[in-house]
Amino acid sequence: MKEGFKNITSTFVPLKNENVDTDQIIPARFLKATTKDGFGKNLFRDWRYENDNEATPKAAFVLNQPQYKGDILVAGKNFGCGSSREHAAWSIVDYGFKVVISSFFADIFKNNALNNGLLPITVSEDFVQKIFAQENDATLSVDLEAQTITIDATGEKESFEINSYKKTCMINGYDDIDYLLNSITEIENFEKQSL
Amino acid sequence: MGKSLFDKIWETHIVKNIDGGPAVLYIDKHFIHEVTSPQAFTGLNKRGIKVFRPQQTIATADHNVPTLNQHLPIKEELGRLQVEALIKNCAEHSVELYGLGHPFQGIVHVIGPELGITQPGNTIVCGDSHTSTHGAFGAIAFGIGTSEVEMVLSTQCLMQTKPKLMRINIEGELKNGVVSKDIVLYILSKITASGATGHAVEFAGSAITSLSMEARMTICNMSIEMGARCGMIAPDETTFNYIKGRKFAPAAAEWDKKLAYWKTLFTDADANFDKEITLDAADITPMITYGTNPGMGIGVNENIPTLAEVNENDKSGLEKSLAYMGLQQGLPIKGQKIDYVFIGSCTNSRIEDLRLVANFVQGKKKADNVEVWIVPGSKQVEKQAIEEGIDKIFEAAGFQLRQPGCSACLGMNEDKIPAGKYCISTSNRNFEGRQGAGARTLLASPLSAAAAAVTGFVSDVREMLA
Ligand code: SF4
Repeated sequence: MKEGFKNITSTFVPLKNENVDTDQIIPARFLKATTKDGFGKNLFRDWRYENDNEATPKAAFVLNQPQYKGDILVAGKNFGCGSSREHAAWSIVDYGFKVVISSFFADIFKNNALNNGLLPITVSEDFVQKIFAQENDATLSVDLEAQTITIDATGEKESFEINSYKKTCMINGYDDIDYLLNSITEIENFEKQSL
Repeated sequence: MGKSLFDKIWETHIVKNIDGGPAVLYIDKHFIHEVTSPQAFTGLNKRGIKVFRPQQTIATADHNVPTLNQHLPIKEELGRLQVEALIKNCAEHSVELYGLGHPFQGIVHVIGPELGITQPGNTIVCGDSHTSTHGAFGAIAFGIGTSEVEMVLSTQCLMQTKPKLMRINIEGELKNGVVSKDIVLYILSKITASGATGHAVEFAGSAITSLSMEARMTICNMSIEMGARCGMIAPDETTFNYIKGRKFAPAAAEWDKKLAYWKTLFTDADANFDKEITLDAADITPMITYGTNPGMGIGVNENIPTLAEVNENDKSGLEKSLAYMGLQQGLPIKGQKIDYVFIGSCTNSRIEDLRLVANFVQGKKKADNVEVWIVPGSKQVEKQAIEEGIDKIFEAAGFQLRQPGCSACLGMNEDKIPAGKYCISTSNRNFEGRQGAGARTLLASPLSAAAAAVTGFVSDVREMLA
């Protein structure tokens, strides 16, 4: 069991790039771990540091700009495309983000995020641009129960989709494996009938 | 209303549908490898459970393994730990492992089909996005994350929402020098890297049905590059002939029974698709990518697009890509100098790909400025290449034939392209840093890659064919 998702109000980190692929989120050379922990320090590694060196951060990259922080990552469209590596979701969670907002997510990434308690929120491209236009210290409020996201400064609000099963899982902090393990008898019956 | 190929397979694998949620989908075959499985086994061990159906999971070591001196211990420590963890996990959970040194070892998506494990009508998953490759046999095959690997190991099931359906028809005959990789890069250039997101794609049309199984696999392999959940092609005689007699293919009475079922796996004439496009095979020329996503491809004789030509939204992406690639807008790609040639990966490392390259380079030599790596997809491909004398042709041409693995497709082992260098690659992704930090990847067919190996620059292979 993971911790359940609580509604949050937080500042956000704007990552204006589109088509952010999983090789950028976590380059392949960091996939050699056999545990799920510690990936946060390599999140966006090659965009964050010059010559792969933590002593030389790239000042222009948003995670290196102290004015941007918070529990929410807001990114351009088609976020998380590319490989199925779940390490991408782990690194975002391990870095401390609880929500990722984009106008479009790659399928596998979305699944991986939900399986790790990271809420991917799909909003209109317009809404993403409105968020990008806010001041650094502006906050966003995410209400999972009501399925809404609000730009607090202007009160602009959009609702988002999430299927009711996933929503219950997120709120209660249980996952698909828990559900499937509870269905094992049905699975065995299926095997008997179909195979 | 008729049913699609996808529906026919999907419906027979549903254990149950959850109200307002996904379906519980039964998985027939599960492939695992060293990189995305360790955390899943840790999850099982934490819960104190064993693999539910160990005979339906097959393991190999491919992502991280060296492609030289595979008989020696792996030098790089973290990679070695992953391979060791795989050996231990498979032993503890009674999962068959085709590890380093085993005659069946190779890239998961190459060995599944060549061993006859991949069959029509199957649901197949693996913790690697290019699992879509297996769809070429008329299977529902898709990549999953590690939590999902854990689900399949523990219950042989997954939670899945049904994707929308899309059909891509390629009609007509391919021109000389144009191969299946060009078809898929062409589709990508038309529909972009997100053109099929959320969809299961069926490839159909006369140009598809006339392809060999190897060539079909190349196309389904890259359906993930369109954002598709999976890609598939209806099985036919070509499929059945490919499977027959392979190691794990059904035999005798079981074969007849399976074959009768397989023959029902096609899309009915009146089935519906959410999206459908048709392209003309005759319009396709040898393709090459110039940017940093696989949708950024052009015909080898075309010019790189200019900022003025693309949509407002794509301008910054194009600018950023070209800066990374060190290429200029509006200029030809043909003639671009190349430093490395990589022929390999689950997209193009099968025996047919190696034969195509060998046939082309016979009697030719690589250019002095390039290094050429040929990495076969599996031990069996390597063995066959040697039996056919293809290794000698490569040697004479100055190409290095290495040992099987993912290699420079993702640069996890030592096979990395140095920063700033250009690599023409038969793999599937040209993302920034994919082949090594700062590496510049140009995706192309094995034939176009071989042409560049000989000239040292991006070339139109058609001008070099007899
Ligand atoms: S060759 Fe490349 S794409 Fe294929 S399985 Fe290996 S890493 Fe993945």
